[in-house]
Amino acid sequence: MTFPESPPAVTPEADPVLTPDERRVLARSPAECLRHGVIQSLPFLLVLVPFGLLFGVLAAESGLDLAQVLGFSVLVLAGASQFTAVQLLNDHAPVVIILLSALAVNLRMAMYSASLVPWLGGASPCQRGLLAYLLIDQSYALSIQQFEKHPRLRVDQRLAYFFGTALCSCIPWVIASAVGFRLGRAIPESWALDFALPITFIAMVAPMLRTPAHLAAAAVSIIATLGFSTLPSGLGILLAAPLAMATGALVERRMERIAARGLE
Amino acid sequence: MSGFDMKVWFVILTLGIGTYLIRWSFLGVIGKRPVPEWAARALRYTAVAVLPAIAAPLVVWPAATGGQPDPVRLSAAAVALATGIITRNVLLAIVAGMVTLFGMLYLWA
Repeated sequence: MTFPESPPAVTPEADPVLTPDERRVLARSPAECLRHGVIQSLPFLLVLVPFGLLFGVLAAESGLDLAQVLGFSVLVLAGASQFTAVQLLNDHAPVVIILLSALAVNLRMAMYSASLVPWLGGASPCQRGLLAYLLIDQSYALSIQQFEKHPRLRVDQRLAYFFGTALCSCIPWVIASAVGFRLGRAIPESWALDFALPITFIAMVAPMLRTPAHLAAAAVSIIATLGFSTLPSGLGILLAAPLAMATGALVERRMERIAARGLE
Repeated sequence: MSGFDMKVWFVILTLGIGTYLIRWSFLGVIGKRPVPEWAARALRYTAVAVLPAIAAPLVVWPAATGGQPDPVRLSAAAVALATGIITRNVLLAIVAGMVTLFGMLYLWA
């Protein structure tokens, strides 16, 4: 893969004081940036691989075949929404509800896309097209951290770092889901893996509950989905999710107003 | 190809295209235009709005017990939640929840 040369994001004169560490980072070639991205995403495999295995296991139990499991992991490439879709397919929910629920899970990626524009908006349309495909939680989280920490990296260095993190996340994801599919057929039902999905979702959400707004959104989501449980399968989620999102946004605005008043 | 297979492939293809378009949105077309504030606010809460809505009925009325609330599964969910809040570590929370589930199922049975 080659990366076009691009001018430095910031002129050197603007801030001539660089620590040796910064100089070392800025002097990296794109190939070195790519390798750096790969190395920094290795610890994430501890979460990503079991999660991918679990997807394969649950998909196998839901009656999907290997091609469909790979179809999900290659074409959708978004863990939580893949779990959502398989769960709702299992419940025989209508297609419209499956699609809307799974897409709602992925809406956060619009935020990722927007927040990368200042850093990678200078890449070619082709490169942006490819990086959109590889924009997952891990590649986003690592890249944005790296870009903010070293704002003087060139666009080609940023792109290389991003593709490094993406390679080291997306390829293991696909392999893990295929291996999970093979394992799934061997796992007896008494293992209670039916409960792996709710546990996984709870584990993903719990660390996010760090503000009153997030707590309020999660609480409304739970109360609404249980309240709407008599509705046809999946419909309750579609009603609960927007209510919970609106709650989060309202509480956040309220908290900001209170904070602003406190400063006056 | 069975009706179920057709449905699965339709979901895969449509979800794949839709998800790609979400990721491509700002990088691809919208460019440097800022995200409207109300949209940015709402988007921050998509994950905490959607994932609990899917998980909650599965926790309270698990299919494995025929939809009857089950102390074992409720405990496992509570342990996963508490571990996740305290440690902020997704993997640790999953392991704690599953260990609770398997441990209690083993003791119960």
